[in-house]
Amino acid sequence: MSSAPATIDNSATSHYGGGSRSFVRRWLDGDEVAHIITLLFAAGILLLTSMLVWELWVNSHLSRAKFGWDFFWTRTWDPIFENFGAAPFIYGTLVTALVSLLIAVPLGLAAAIFLAELAPRKFSDSVAFLIDLLAAVPSVIYGLLGIFIVVPLMRTTIGPFLKATLGFLPIFQGPNYGVGFLTASIVLAIMIVPYIISVSREVLLTVPREQREAALAMGATRWEATWQAVVPWARTGIMGSIFLALARALGETMAVTMVIGNDPKIAASLFAPGYTIAAVIANEFTEATGNLYLSALIELGLVLFLMTFILNGLARLLIMATERGGGRPS
Amino acid sequence: MNQLRMVWRKTLNYVMLTLTGVAALGVVSVLFLILGYLIFNGGSSLNLNFFTQLPKPVGETGGGMANAIVGSLKLLFLAAILGLPVGLMAGVYLAEFGGKTFSFVIRYTTDLLNGVPSIVIGIFAYSLAVLPVKHFSTFAGGVALAIMVIPITVRSTEEFLKSIPISMREGAMALGASKWKTIATVILPAASGGILTGMLLALARVAGETAPLLFTAFSNQFWSPGWGQPIASLPVMIYTYAIAPYDDWHRQAWAAGLVLLTLVLIANVGTRMLLSRGATRSA
Amino acid sequence: MKKTLVLVSLMLGLALVAVAQGGTILLNAAGATFPYPIYSKWFNVYHQLHSDVQINYQSIGSGGGIRQVMAGTVDFGASDGPMSDDQIADFKKARGMGILHFPTVLGAAVPSYNIPGVTAELNFSQKALAGIFLGTITKWNDPEIAKANPGVNLPAQDIVVVHRSDGSGTTYIWTDFLSKVSDDWKTKVGKGTSVNWPVGLGGKGNEGVSGLVKQTPDAIGYIELIYALQNNIAFGKVQNAAGKYLKADLAGVTAAAAGAAKDMPDDFRVSITDAPGATAYPISSFTWLLIPETISDATKRDAIKGFLKWMLTDGQKEVEALSYAPLPKPVVTKELKAIALIK
Repeated sequence: MSSAPATIDNSATSHYGGGSRSFVRRWLDGDEVAHIITLLFAAGILLLTSMLVWELWVNSHLSRAKFGWDFFWTRTWDPIFENFGAAPFIYGTLVTALVSLLIAVPLGLAAAIFLAELAPRKFSDSVAFLIDLLAAVPSVIYGLLGIFIVVPLMRTTIGPFLKATLGFLPIFQGPNYGVGFLTASIVLAIMIVPYIISVSREVLLTVPREQREAALAMGATRWEATWQAVVPWARTGIMGSIFLALARALGETMAVTMVIGNDPKIAASLFAPGYTIAAVIANEFTEATGNLYLSALIELGLVLFLMTFILNGLARLLIMATERGGGRPS
Repeated sequence: MNQLRMVWRKTLNYVMLTLTGVAALGVVSVLFLILGYLIFNGGSSLNLNFFTQLPKPVGETGGGMANAIVGSLKLLFLAAILGLPVGLMAGVYLAEFGGKTFSFVIRYTTDLLNGVPSIVIGIFAYSLAVLPVKHFSTFAGGVALAIMVIPITVRSTEEFLKSIPISMREGAMALGASKWKTIATVILPAASGGILTGMLLALARVAGETAPLLFTAFSNQFWSPGWGQPIASLPVMIYTYAIAPYDDWHRQAWAAGLVLLTLVLIANVGTRMLLSRGATRSA
Repeated sequence: MKKTLVLVSLMLGLALVAVAQGGTILLNAAGATFPYPIYSKWFNVYHQLHSDVQINYQSIGSGGGIRQVMAGTVDFGASDGPMSDDQIADFKKARGMGILHFPTVLGAAVPSYNIPGVTAELNFSQKALAGIFLGTITKWNDPEIAKANPGVNLPAQDIVVVHRSDGSGTTYIWTDFLSKVSDDWKTKVGKGTSVNWPVGLGGKGNEGVSGLVKQTPDAIGYIELIYALQNNIAFGKVQNAAGKYLKADLAGVTAAAAGAAKDMPDDFRVSITDAPGATAYPISSFTWLLIPETISDATKRDAIKGFLKWMLTDGQKEVEALSYAPLPKPVVTKELKAIALIK
């Protein structure tokens, strides 16, 4: 056995005393074989993911060649005249995701603050557990509830209420069908709030106690201490949770397609029906007659993949930055 | 002046604390609302017919989802045997063997795969397992779900393996065990509770997935023998029935939702309880 | 360990039981939702008569039927919009053989609506329907609708148009009709299984549209007759080529097909919308099974041929109960002969 390492080494092999045994020794012990086998499986994941990206790229070739960059801002989706544009779907995807964040972030952050700062630990743990269960509910069940509860509610209560109070805003004008951008955003918000709560709560729990105690010592109220000393410290981690939730919202398919109205149009009103990338792929993939049509749908899949890829990457970076113990208040 | 400011700060404090409490309670109550609605609307339709009969032709009442329940089980079985070993092995690699850069690449790729929207996984599985053989099949559905199971399993396996204290490894090696023997006979069994629960949670997660099955497993109103035919599944049936106009189908959709959610929740709650019990045991 | 062993053996047992169902001929089909009620009834009855034949039909829309039969992922497809010449050429290129159309039943697409407070049966002129779906007529009390419905108190509410979100033969029938009666529609939108709708919400399948219309006040959507009947959704009368307002029924659909019955082309592709005659319902259509010319698997081929024969003879007896009109006799005779074309 080699002597204890002088520096901290995070790689897995350090646990086993580094490479002090010869290759032959390791082979005979069976370790190299085990190493290779597990490495192959790990490399398999790499292979799988590369294949996925490659398939998306290759199968969208027809559409990319024909439409080029115009694909992103063409507003028509016309299978008869074979003119396909991603604009309505990108719009719908972004609008529903952003509006759902507008609903979910304040709600989620408030709940996370309560659970991390104000509730007794055991209570907080049980409630956090229940909220994690919410995250496990399948999307299609949210869709089921969306169709039979949120849609009628939107039509009879929420819609008229918004129109009566905020009807002067263009986003609340126009006919209210029950299905539409707002309904989809509400359902999405319920689906992503558990992610915001669970990650934010964990991040808030890592904030050093000195932060809070210093503020309290200076005469701050509990809320002031929380809002001005604790939360800013966890700012990057909370941002990370928001990005995670956003990525989840972008890719959500079933619940959205059941309540959004399935109309590829860009509209200012939140009551209008819309469409998202995931929803149109789900509805039209098995019936895209014509190779250009199918290719356009796959190109949409590629766009969605890229969007979630970038967002997830940013989210990971932000969460890692906080966990590494470096939340600076400024 | 100072008095006013104090009052304002105190009121704000009280209001905000209450609001955050309300928010937390509100979110939790959604869970009970969901369960309540499912039980209320679906509970009455959960009769023996539901579990034993095949779907009836459109418009006729009665009929059940026996084939969808078995279908979901078969798909999960495939997802398990195709995806879990990969996840386990890769997790072992990352925790026990990996070098720095390659591990980073694998972890990043796994996270990437985890974040891919399920509909895109469906497209991928379609080109991988449906097009070459020119038909929809249980196998293709299983492949799609397996791809989704892998990243979840990798992460949980790695975490639990890493949580095993170094002392156990050093102890085994001091006794002369080779690395792989240590892993196989000491580390894995010690982490097995956590790893198994991670696997169960991964399966519970994909049990509710609908989108990737839409163009891989398709659907079937009969029994699906073997692995090469289209197959019905609970999530797809819920979707199909929910958007249709038939009231009987709506009732069945609620019932199916209740069954699905119950299974998912049992898996989640059960694994949590097992985990906490295991933690106190091995400590 | 023990638990996993038990679990694994349980699964294997399940799988074996499943595989043990040998000898069954499994056919997969997909397509139109328009005839789904009668198809699901037929396949169910046929399975009871011939327990070794299982036809799994998924109603994913006519566009889906065409696509999947072209990709070869199903054994046959179904569509209420016949395949265009381009699509038939594509099929030949992709699969190296021709594709045959076999009409199965006659059905009608109806304008179903849900207007709170209006219980009367509405009359829809050709102009009104075109205007509503073009988005130029936006309110229920528009003069074009009101003048055909004297005495009915139409509300001043916005019309909620519902159309199909998936590739649909019912859309094909509807837009085929609108293209014939409205030049505006023909140039702006055209006819097809999937069009660029000027307005409206999208529902998936006839089922989805029915569901949306049923749940959305002031909605109007086009669905197959049986869906309106089975779900108690009100539907209106449509103005036909002779100017008369007709409610969809078996007699009207049969009358619309009368002309086509005599001059049926060999490939059975024909449009009977806006048919001449005072008693003809203007939005009627045949619906077809799309069967590849060459089926290499002999058991499958015989099973399909057997089903077709049954469908054209005994099967036709079931259709009226579900509000579809049976095929005219000359068409049946011609089809029975055409079965021989499947090699």
